Amino acid sequence: MDYFVLIIAAIFVNNIVLAQYLGNCPFIGTSKDSGVAMGMGLAVVFVATLAAAITWCVQKYLLAPNDLNYLQTITFILVIASLVQFVEMFLKKAVPPLYRSLGIFLPLITTNCAVLGIAIICQREEFSLVETIIFSIASGVGFMLALVILAGIRERLDLARVPVSLKGTPLALILAGLMSLAFFAFKGMAS
Amino acid sequence: MSRLWKEFSKGLWKDLPPFKLVLGLCPVLAVTKTADNGFGMGLAVIFVLALSNMLVSMLRKLIPAKVRIACFIVVAASLVVCVELLMQTYAYPLYLQLGIFVPLIVVNCIILGRAEAFASKNPVHLAVADGLGMGVGFTLSLTFLGSIRELFGYGTWFGMQVMGDWFQPFTFMIEAPGAFVCLGLILAGMNTLTNWQRKNKGLEAITGPVHDCKSCGMCATKPGM
Repeated sequence: MDYFVLIIAAIFVNNIVLAQYLGNCPFIGTSKDSGVAMGMGLAVVFVATLAAAITWCVQKYLLAPNDLNYLQTITFILVIASLVQFVEMFLKKAVPPLYRSLGIFLPLITTNCAVLGIAIICQREEFSLVETIIFSIASGVGFMLALVILAGIRERLDLARVPVSLKGTPLALILAGLMSLAFFAFKGMAS
Repeated sequence: MSRLWKEFSKGLWKDLPPFKLVLGLCPVLAVTKTADNGFGMGLAVIFVLALSNMLVSMLRKLIPAKVRIACFIVVAASLVVCVELLMQTYAYPLYLQLGIFVPLIVVNCIILGRAEAFASKNPVHLAVADGLGMGVGFTLSLTFLGSIRELFGYGTWFGMQVMGDWFQPFTFMIEAPGAFVCLGLILAGMNTLTNWQRKNKGLEAITGPVHDCKSCGMCATKPGM
């Protein structure tokens, strides 16, 4: 039951983009087309989960016993950067179809603050390994949900007549604000 | 000297990081609940950006092209660790306020974007000027957005009471939706201004700033993006 609450909280109540302000650059940048949005979302779920699990082990078995907590940031980003490289090479060799659909998003993910953010949140909340994995999958799904919804809305807006100054990024941000307002309705369901 | 000023001043208006280049949106939205939070975040970014530009520019002949992004990330991450330690010592309340967004300066696209687009191709003094200019522009933008949100959300500015007793705080502004809508309207305002200027010069209207992730420099790591 606790895990269920954790999942609902991570997807809806504390949505990683719309309530925690993480991963906004890819959220605005890759939401013009819902196919692209889906690919980006899947890549984030995949990498964020792997990254959070690995950084959890690094923190627990390498940094904490040696009293190196102040190196957390630099270690985590290096782990994520090498992980992304490794995943890319692995997918290219082992699962070419998946690589063709996710490959182009992988280099972008190193600087996606959602991935590093999820890893750091898991540390600050002192989650166990199972909680970390569940939380990062759910947060990734939350990111994907927000991204796919925004892409759907923006695709429909292509045909609408919008004032020229609002076209593109400004309108996307205002839409994101309205979506965030809608997600506010989930507040209080779980914390 | 004029070149130095040119590189510094472009960050203040022409290439203003969050509003014109639309880079590094997460801290822009997250830490601008109040003007002083925005200002403090801006100072941390100035520190990291100017020094990372300096180091990258000094090391530009030593860094092999293939692993340059990894090297830039290591430089930025070391500086961010310095900032974290400095803030824990001298500005602990601010450190707690900014929370997770201090370590996240590492993945702020401005740092990597400037390293890739400018510092790795230019001599040290120009790189530092560019970093300082971009950092100051970023700080001013964050303070501006923070001022608007604090003014309407709390009725204060830098913690001082500005609005009278009649004022009903507009809670929307300090929550996430307010941040998105406010930034969207500012970008729209910038576009209107640009288009008005272009119209006066007899040019066609544009719809920029177009944010398509290409400006952050990461895509340069992969051919065909």
